[in-house]
Amino acid sequence: MSNFRKGLRDGIPIALGYLSVSFTFGIQCISVGLNWWQAFLISLTNVTSAGQFAGLGIITSGAGFYFEMACTQFIINLRYALMALSLSQKTDKSVKGIHRWGIGFGITDEIFAVAMGNRSEVSNKYMYGLILLPVIGWSGGTLLGAVAGSVLPEVVRSALCIAIYGMFLAIIIPPAKKSSAVLKVILIAVALSCCFRYVPGMNKVSGGFAIIISTIVAAALGALFFPVPEKETKEAAE
Amino acid sequence: MKDLGVFFIYLAIMAGVTYLIRAIPFVLCKGKIKSKYLRDFLYYVPMAVLGAMTFPDIFYATGNYASSIAGLVVGCVLAFFEKSLLTVAISASGTALAVNLGMMFFK
Repeated sequence: MSNFRKGLRDGIPIALGYLSVSFTFGIQCISVGLNWWQAFLISLTNVTSAGQFAGLGIITSGAGFYFEMACTQFIINLRYALMALSLSQKTDKSVKGIHRWGIGFGITDEIFAVAMGNRSEVSNKYMYGLILLPVIGWSGGTLLGAVAGSVLPEVVRSALCIAIYGMFLAIIIPPAKKSSAVLKVILIAVALSCCFRYVPGMNKVSGGFAIIISTIVAAALGALFFPVPEKETKEAAE
Repeated sequence: MKDLGVFFIYLAIMAGVTYLIRAIPFVLCKGKIKSKYLRDFLYYVPMAVLGAMTFPDIFYATGNYASSIAGLVVGCVLAFFEKSLLTVAISASGTALAVNLGMMFFK
């Protein structure tokens, strides 16, 4: 199977997961007074969940909050910078020059996770294949939600919202089973993230920052106390 | 949003900031990173970030605890047995839907 086709195949579950989440984004855009094509354009150009939902809140507060928009997007999406760094260690020689600018557009949580889950290095053709269907699913789902969202009963719409988390579980649990170091890093990140929600004082930190801090602390402690055996990083990098 | 000019300014800021955050580190970081510590750090990032994004948000995902936790449990079990992403995602949603419907009928 060609790399591009393998990428496409790996992108199918992501695209289906995105359909359901972006569907709710489309519904929400209409409810705050945007047009269907505006909802579609936001999803097509941003391809991110949390940032778009937060950005929509700012757009509806009217003109002039441009600096706040830039800061909000920066903080919520800063995790992508970490992922981009991490992914840059996983790509083979074909991912260079203009392809870096092209593939950079498609670094989302799920595309990143699936790309990193490959046993070997990933090529540019694989990455384009992997990115294509999720982008179509994300913007198409938004369009569907904007145009036809009101057709689905609320009970179905709300159940769809857990799909994306189910996908995350399917990504993190198998490696945690095999490596107690990975399990401990995940537990640290989860514990911190919960503290940022429930502990008075800490819960004043915004959601975007909470994820960044939890990630950095957990991964830094992991790298400090559970150095990865050379063989494994090599395996992950090859 | 009636003022199209304002909409497009917001769209450009959103899309521009989001794109540059992704692309710049990816473009600048070309070679393999030398530091073993930094490589190990980046090795753990994906698991840490997905863990932090999933919890505690998943408890509230469907709007009520019962169906969220049912979806979470089914998702964890299937993920433990290494079912595919799509299987786990759809089963978690299906379970949440079943619980939501059950709660509507047996209230």
